[in-house]
Amino acid sequence: MKALDLTELALRNLRESVLRNSLTTVGISVGVASLVAMLSLGIGLQQLANRRLVKSGLFDTVVVTSRRDLRNFGDDDQSNKPSPAESPVLDEATRLKIADLPNVIEAYPDIRFITSLTYDDKPHLTMVAGIPQSAKLNEAFESLQGSFFSSDEASEAILQKSFAAELLGKTPKAGTDEPPIAELSKPLVGRELIMRYAERIPVPAPGTQAAPGSPPEQPAQGGTSASPTESTTYSIRSKEIKLRVVGVTDLDPESMRGALRARVMLPLKLVQSLHVAQPAAMRDTTQAASGAATYSAISVKVRNPARMQTVEDAIKKMGYNTFSMLDATRSLRRFFAVLDMFLGIFGSLALAVASIGIVNTLVMAILERRREIGIMKAIGASDEDVQRLFFAEACVMGAFGGVFGVALGWTIGRVINVATNIYLKRQGLQPEQIWFVPWWLVGGAIAFAIIVSLFSGLYPARRAARLDPVQALRYE
Amino acid sequence: MSPVPTQTPPEATMAPAICAQDLRRHYRMGESLIRAVDGVSLQVAAGEFVALLGTSGSGKSSLLNLLAGLDRPTSGSVQVNGRDLAGLTRQELSKYRLHAVGMVFQSFNLIPSMSVLENVELPLRFAEVDRDKRDALAREALQRVGLVGRIRHRPSELSGGEQQRTALARALINRPKLLLADEPTGNLDSRTGTEIMSLIRECNQDLGSTVVMVTHERPLAERYAVRLIFLADGKLVDDRANQPTAVASVEGPA
Repeated sequence: MKALDLTELALRNLRESVLRNSLTTVGISVGVASLVAMLSLGIGLQQLANRRLVKSGLFDTVVVTSRRDLRNFGDDDQSNKPSPAESPVLDEATRLKIADLPNVIEAYPDIRFITSLTYDDKPHLTMVAGIPQSAKLNEAFESLQGSFFSSDEASEAILQKSFAAELLGKTPKAGTDEPPIAELSKPLVGRELIMRYAERIPVPAPGTQAAPGSPPEQPAQGGTSASPTESTTYSIRSKEIKLRVVGVTDLDPESMRGALRARVMLPLKLVQSLHVAQPAAMRDTTQAASGAATYSAISVKVRNPARMQTVEDAIKKMGYNTFSMLDATRSLRRFFAVLDMFLGIFGSLALAVASIGIVNTLVMAILERRREIGIMKAIGASDEDVQRLFFAEACVMGAFGGVFGVALGWTIGRVINVATNIYLKRQGLQPEQIWFVPWWLVGGAIAFAIIVSLFSGLYPARRAARLDPVQALRYE
Repeated sequence: MSPVPTQTPPEATMAPAICAQDLRRHYRMGESLIRAVDGVSLQVAAGEFVALLGTSGSGKSSLLNLLAGLDRPTSGSVQVNGRDLAGLTRQELSKYRLHAVGMVFQSFNLIPSMSVLENVELPLRFAEVDRDKRDALAREALQRVGLVGRIRHRPSELSGGEQQRTALARALINRPKLLLADEPTGNLDSRTGTEIMSLIRECNQDLGSTVVMVTHERPLAERYAVRLIFLADGKLVDDRANQPTAVASVEGPA
């Protein structure tokens, strides 16, 4: 029998006992719906977590520190490595070398220092850090009030919420709610801060070739060009710069750094051009006597989170310490894989129950249509024709059940998402998409429903095909 | 109406359409062994109109089922148009039923959920005939049995005679060489029964189909069949030629 005829006959037969077949189809729908809803929530949650992780910069960032820096982020085993005094310095040459590694998008120096900022003639002491333009995509700036830096060299500053509150004298007392960010940013955006800092100027030592009066351009000198045996003199000069506040952030963009995190962020190029004296520079004077900039840390952005390990290993080989959240995310992903599996199992259970419904419906149909099967066989239907007809009926029920089920599951997921967002809103949180139905899930769920249905139809179809026509015709 | 084919003597020199040899069909019913067909040997020539007579339980329906390929013999052989049915696979048997045999039953055996037209074209579906061709063939077959209107109706909306006409149209749609009828008039009043019998004889005479009809009504058999075969307890007890009496007046109420 041709496929079209088969489908037509199957549909006709299903119409003959509409109620029973619809109920069976609804059973499949519910099974598929629960499968789709569960998996779409699982996938949605995983994507949410991934999104958050990527945006947080934890997922794709490796922080490189010199092993000379005894304050370590990581808990690397120190025993089989050169002693801190023998390990290389983090300087501009290293930064360029790291930036050239495969899979590295960018490597930027981590410049941070504690200094005082004056606002309304009142000084405030805090950690200041330079951040690159690419940080704009960080989730911390999602709720940014005001705007991001207009350029990488602009004399602009973005304040962390708690510092903004401090400037305005609105630091919340313990136990009370934080003032809304919009309230904090309004009086601050556009205002000026005066930052006082210590500029480091190398003074050419007697006998060196450096032209007197040349401007201090440490990065341009390319690192270790000068002999380390020669001594360099620094002079530290107190300087001031006016900064315009352009934005206030809600979240902390540098949560990974713990105590080292900055509450005032400046454009990276601007900070570099200031040549602020940093603790690392002091420590490394013996090595970087040339006056080349040394960094306390370099942040490395990796193109693909999957390549984190490779990049980390390459940097470690160069003799530096690295730190990333890779291990944390790995276990997170494992958690989601298990979660998905469990959700899928629960969904499949519902589908398994539905498949028993199909078996039941089709076996009932055989009993009911015994005579009809006998007639069809008597007028020339082969075993395969009868078997295929029952298969087609199971398949049609499965297909309908699958399609309705996906629609139902999609709706359930959506409703849960909307309800969650209403809840989040009440809690004063940002709405989130916790549910996602990818195309493969739509196709997969329908295909799965049909396969389960066909499998359920296996026994009834065989039984129908094997029916003895003589007996079937005798049956009234 | 040419009476020529009906005057073919039983022992004709034509190639036999049916050739059964020591045909047996036994089956178990609980403790007892039922010998439904118990050593029947017979030959039916192509184009013959044969009536199988006997009381209920004489094995005539069982013999018909064996000829129809619906059942397999326990032993013995049955050849229809040169094909040994006992040696066919299930698949081949279904093809045989589809293309070589047409069957009409006492209880019509139409599929209640299908319209008349759909019932008639159902065998063509199994034969994978194209949709357009199917429709034309079904209408043609319905026309032959005199059913033109009401072809979109369901069988339950038709009279018994109309239902049997539908069944006959379905049996003839694949132009079978062998038409098997199991008490075709058993559920009909005598007038419609005569109409149906006339149609069956038309098939026999015009299309040249061999007809084997099971009946327990001897007068009916004598009116239409050229040969009467009597069965009792699964055995052939008598086989005689007959001069059909209804030849002259086809449409007559007899």
